[in-house]
Amino acid sequence: MNTLEQDLEKLVYERPDTLVETTTHYCPGCTHGVAHRLIAEVIEEMGLRDRTIGVASVGCSVFAYNYFDFDFVQAPHGRAPAMATGVKRTLPDRVVLTYQGDGDLASIGMGEIVHAAARGENITVVFLNNANYGMTGGQMAPTTLPGQKTSTSPSGRDVETAGFPIRASEMLSTLDGSSYVVRRSLHDPKSIRLAKKALRTAFEVQIRGLGFSMVELLSICPTNWGMTPVDSLHWLESNMLPYYPVGDYKINPIVAEIKI
Amino acid sequence: MARELLKGNVAIAEAAIRAGLTSYFGYPITPQTELLEYLSARMPEEGRAFVQAESELGAINMVYGAACTGARVMTSSSSPGISLMLEGLSYIAGTEVPMVLVDVMRGGPGLGNIAPAQSDYNQIVHGGGHGDYHVIALAPANVQEAIDMTVLAFDLAEKYRSIAVVLIDGSLGQMMEPAELPPFKPLATQFPEWAVRGAEGGRERRFLSSIYLSPPEEEKANLRMLRRWKDVEANEIRYKEYFMEDAKYVVTGFGSSGRVALSAVRAARAEGIPVGLLRPITVSPFPYKVYEELSKKVDGMLVVEMNTGQMLEDVLKAAQGRTPVEFYGRVGGIVPLPDEILTEIHRLVEEKPAVGGHPRDRWMDRMIKMN
Amino acid sequence: MQTDIIISGFGGQGVLFAGQLLSYAAMDEGKNVTWIPSYGPEMRGGTANCTVVVSDEEIGSPMVRFPDAVIVMNLPSLDKYESLVKPGGLLVINTSIIDRKATRTDIRVVEVPANEIAEEIGDRRLTNMVLLGCLVSNLPILPLAAISKALKEHLPARHQKLIPANMQAIEKGASFQAAPVR
Repeated sequence: MNTLEQDLEKLVYERPDTLVETTTHYCPGCTHGVAHRLIAEVIEEMGLRDRTIGVASVGCSVFAYNYFDFDFVQAPHGRAPAMATGVKRTLPDRVVLTYQGDGDLASIGMGEIVHAAARGENITVVFLNNANYGMTGGQMAPTTLPGQKTSTSPSGRDVETAGFPIRASEMLSTLDGSSYVVRRSLHDPKSIRLAKKALRTAFEVQIRGLGFSMVELLSICPTNWGMTPVDSLHWLESNMLPYYPVGDYKINPIVAEIKI
Repeated sequence: MARELLKGNVAIAEAAIRAGLTSYFGYPITPQTELLEYLSARMPEEGRAFVQAESELGAINMVYGAACTGARVMTSSSSPGISLMLEGLSYIAGTEVPMVLVDVMRGGPGLGNIAPAQSDYNQIVHGGGHGDYHVIALAPANVQEAIDMTVLAFDLAEKYRSIAVVLIDGSLGQMMEPAELPPFKPLATQFPEWAVRGAEGGRERRFLSSIYLSPPEEEKANLRMLRRWKDVEANEIRYKEYFMEDAKYVVTGFGSSGRVALSAVRAARAEGIPVGLLRPITVSPFPYKVYEELSKKVDGMLVVEMNTGQMLEDVLKAAQGRTPVEFYGRVGGIVPLPDEILTEIHRLVEEKPAVGGHPRDRWMDRMIKMN
Repeated sequence: MQTDIIISGFGGQGVLFAGQLLSYAAMDEGKNVTWIPSYGPEMRGGTANCTVVVSDEEIGSPMVRFPDAVIVMNLPSLDKYESLVKPGGLLVINTSIIDRKATRTDIRVVEVPANEIAEEIGDRRLTNMVLLGCLVSNLPILPLAAISKALKEHLPARHQKLIPANMQAIEKGASFQAAPVR
């Protein structure tokens, strides 16, 4: 390598060591990859790799354990917060996170997430909301928007028969046990930077023993939405953001003092 | 250690603490609740983890998480609660992590009632959850045995990376009896090489799951578990015999049924009837061989259960028509009393039933006439 | 030797505690013993009974249909258990609130106005101790002193001051002796 080439090649972006060097099973354009990367970066920057235990869920993120280079367990559908409770109560000095989709967290696992938050369980939940069931092929989720077409709401979600979407962050923020509950989006670079900051704060909350933290990440599902990734990002911005506004839904006063 | 007068549920809870229970998760349900209540005070006292979960689903999955750390973990429930836990039990079995489950059985199906029953035999011994798996199931019949089997359950669960169940009915949970508690075992400081506890010191990451997406890998996992189960079958069969040396007839039942039958067998012996009692302690693995050998020697067997004949099927499988088998059960929360079993012993001896037909059908006919 | 005992009455009459005290005494005397409760679904005020089996050998059934001895603290209990006592067995009747006589002649019956005795001693809640004292003194299973020893050994420290009154109740009850079988 000569001097000229060294000058030209300047490394500005690399894979964090906490992400395994492998091809993921996620569809092209899917924002799971972005979310994975943000988590890995934060864990690496905070030096938590050796004491972090992840709890994977059921859904597209079922294989999350393949991509993170730290210890992982795999929960039954919806039960990740309960399993994380078992890990955390047994090993209180470890950092425990769950990574859950909207079907997992807001439908079958609603009981587990509500009570983990109510107990102020000192875990961090990363909640991917892409308004449908991705893994099983795009069925209606508890987060599917009114009128949104899915494979089980072919004429669009009819609120008369299928009810209304659940805003999980707003709901969990009402519980005294929750300490840090925010919603961020992954649809553009600025939002992604804010999402990373929120993840960082969430782990800080856990390390300081301040109780339940959750970061909801609005995500896209180009394959099941039947759109290109770029169109999907636009769809998220114009349809999901109005229904699921990004924002800080619960900030424990002590959390507000954390400077990142 | 001195003998103390202990209630079954409390004795199991304290025995678990002394066996090194690190984390307990549970949910209230009669007639098991004293276990949960007792541990809610004792676990924090010992600086250990206790959580009253939001449901049995929550409890079993908390157990799942804690079991993945390699610590000694336990939950307890009663029949309907166990039904709710079956999903988690299947996952725990598939992940090959050890745990102890206490099932204090009550009347069913459905909501049933809170009186003692043994109708979870099939649910525990022959499956329950989905997939091919076996659990070790220990059926103590008195408070001392309940203590000893609880301690043993932790050891066996760890040794075989298996679920170990202490299977009792509500009457043993509620009764008091003098018993001796074991000494305190220190909590583990070394953990198995599979335990997920954070990749300390930069070690390679570990992960625990019951997912094997490739069918050949899943087949391999199933065969590995089965091989381990074969070891359990070869090494861990336990049972207790009474008056068996010269017995021409055998009464058999597990847990409280076996215990009640002992009184009937003694009464029959006092009348000069050569009858003995076989009380299996491991109902899973079931002592098939023992029954098989017996069936070659005795003139008849009487199976007594607090269900409609669940263990009966295993006895029939072992006896293979070599000797007459009769059945007597009480269900719905009714405990059979010694005089009823004595009547059945008389019937077995006097009527010399045929080998053919099904004992449950004959029992049904008698029950219908009685009611 | 094995003795099967049932103590039965309303919830709140101290049925379960009387059985437990008897069990502690039997345990301390080196016997095998089982205590098993049976009560209605009501938390308070329902019918309650417990079965205590005291034996020198390993105990089989902790539940019995035909007991050797029964304490009945109320009328429903007398109605239920009188016919079940083994021939030659013992029936202790709390006559304070049971207004009928036992009809069996093949068992030993002893009538004790237990409520009045307890009230004389100063606490109606001692009724169960009066009847327990009577039961133990009429059975050859344990010396009466074993009961007082068990009270001292197993009553929590905060209740120890109640022991003299309890002892008085037990001894008073013990003075009632059953008539032999007619």
